[in-house]
Amino acid sequence: MDKINFLKPDKNNIYVYLYLGVFLFFVSIADVSFNSFFGVNATAFLPDSISFFLPLILGVMGLHLIRIEYSGIQNLDLINKKINTNTFNAFLTMIIIFIIIKATPPALSWFIFDANISGDSKDACTGSGACWTYIKVWFNRFMYGMYPNEYQWRINVSFIFLIALAFVGYFSGERLKKYLTLYYVIIYPIIAYVLIYFLISGGSFGLNWVETGAWGGLSLTFIVSFFCLIFCFPIGMMLALGRRSSLPTVRYCSIGFIEFWRGVPLITVLFMSSVMFPMFLPDGFFLDKLVRVIIAISLFEAAYVAEVIRGGLQALPRGQYDAAKSLGMGYWKMHIFVILPQALKLVIPGIANTFLALVKDTPLIFVVGLLEIAGMLGLAKTNPKWLGFAMEGYVFASIIFFIICYSMSKYSYNLEAKYKTER
Amino acid sequence: MSEPIIKIQNMNKWFGNFQVLKDVNLEVEKNKKIVVCGPSGSGKSTLIRCINRLEEHQKGTIVVDGTELSEDTKNIETIRAEVGMVFQQFNLFPHLSILDNCTLAPIWVKKMPKKEAEDLAMKQLEQVQIVDQAQKFPGQLSGGQQQRCAIARALCMEPKIMLFDEPTSALDPEMIKEVLDAMVNLAKAGMTMIVVTHEMGFAKEVADEVIFMDEGMIVEKAETKEFFANPKSDRTKLFLSQIL
Repeated sequence: MDKINFLKPDKNNIYVYLYLGVFLFFVSIADVSFNSFFGVNATAFLPDSISFFLPLILGVMGLHLIRIEYSGIQNLDLINKKINTNTFNAFLTMIIIFIIIKATPPALSWFIFDANISGDSKDACTGSGACWTYIKVWFNRFMYGMYPNEYQWRINVSFIFLIALAFVGYFSGERLKKYLTLYYVIIYPIIAYVLIYFLISGGSFGLNWVETGAWGGLSLTFIVSFFCLIFCFPIGMMLALGRRSSLPTVRYCSIGFIEFWRGVPLITVLFMSSVMFPMFLPDGFFLDKLVRVIIAISLFEAAYVAEVIRGGLQALPRGQYDAAKSLGMGYWKMHIFVILPQALKLVIPGIANTFLALVKDTPLIFVVGLLEIAGMLGLAKTNPKWLGFAMEGYVFASIIFFIICYSMSKYSYNLEAKYKTER
Repeated sequence: MSEPIIKIQNMNKWFGNFQVLKDVNLEVEKNKKIVVCGPSGSGKSTLIRCINRLEEHQKGTIVVDGTELSEDTKNIETIRAEVGMVFQQFNLFPHLSILDNCTLAPIWVKKMPKKEAEDLAMKQLEQVQIVDQAQKFPGQLSGGQQQRCAIARALCMEPKIMLFDEPTSALDPEMIKEVLDAMVNLAKAGMTMIVVTHEMGFAKEVADEVIFMDEGMIVEKAETKEFFANPKSDRTKLFLSQIL
């Protein structure tokens, strides 16, 4: 057995260092945990300043002792390589662990232990934590807006239908595979429009008409986002191609369009769409508020999509254009079969970025009086019976938006992996 | 003597203020194999890129198979379909399999039925000996295989003329031979070919005529044997002494 040098842990007495290091590490974790979960200061007998820093010192010492190079233990090497490369990193690691431990109890108590969910009025909320009763009572409004309760099944039915139809691609046979793009790009949006027009809007087949001003909540978020995504993509693609066109008229129109929409704030665009736009329409011609908003957001986001796609087009080597041309392909064939498939694949992260921004921009439609989920929240928090629960509402909305956006970004990673090819 | 399939008269081309091609005159007859050589920057690549109008010339005329190349888009695409081209960087379409690379243009440009196009592609891939790679993607192939695939892809359009723009310059030495072999076979089958290359062995073996270019001009144009045995201009002699 070699001499033990605590300043320089080595492989020879590996278990001595390991046991001692792990022990010190856990003592420091235990001290902080006791402190934050039970409010007990186990080191109260020491002077205040030492007591405060003791866990940090012990933890860093522990990590120092287990920092053994090429220990031969796979997990230990992995830990050392990732979080324990030197004293400073060990220090940061300990700080982060302490922050997590310190933050857990208050978060848990706000979200769960001190929270209330029973009852159906403000009086039920007596604890110091969140008042989930508020979310429970307003849940219907957050989902469906001012849509009349007795008709809400119409929204449910159409959404279930649309979700089911979205999975057609997974079950289609080999023979129908080639029509899938056509289905998703053209047929599916038309079905969605028809369903929404006849079922959610109503007015025929014995269904009562519900004006779009009454739509709202999460369902409106979905409707607006869906149609804007569907429309802004092809428009953006055309603008991107137009901006690179060799025809000056097309090019300057595209540049003008893109720069105009990128130059104005979305909130003014929405305002104009509802206030100014109707003035330009001929008498007796009426375009629904929701339709105007969808057009406005689509055009606005199309300008951003156009620039993202242009980036992809510019990243392609000129040889790809040469090769396509040399095979006798004209402009459209070259772009449809050779250029766009490659360019779009390159810009999937950028497109996903823009689309996420679009979804998170939808709350702005409150300026024209349409209240999707965040808008309903604004309404609910000013209700005299429910004052003071803005926090719960925003946490709730954040969670919903996070779920939507995280699934979208996950899906974009899947697409990236699916279309990845070696160059 | 038959009517030449490519006829270039007094062709001039500028990139901005820089004149790349100066008064180029060239006639190529059907089934002839022409090798174009010269130092880099001499305009060889630009010359053959002008023949299928990947570059536009500013002065003079180019007539390919009886059609003059001009601004008229429709006839450009017909011409391009008849003139195959192989590039230095292969330029295969990386998102399509080897087979799809070969069938794309026949199906969508020549409106060939899919089955027929695939049969033709397999035949051409067999000619260049990569038929077993048909389902792979370009990124999975070696440079030599990619270039042979590029030759097959061009041949699938059943062109009357084949242009080669330094087809072996981007390849590792041991892969050059397999590509040259494919080109020799093509030459023996009677294809009209214009080849920009530094492979003088290839020129000696298959070329009917060799053209030497320098500074945008055709300095020397002669039958292959004559070109290598008795080069006339000093510039050619210097070039040959360096490259051989």
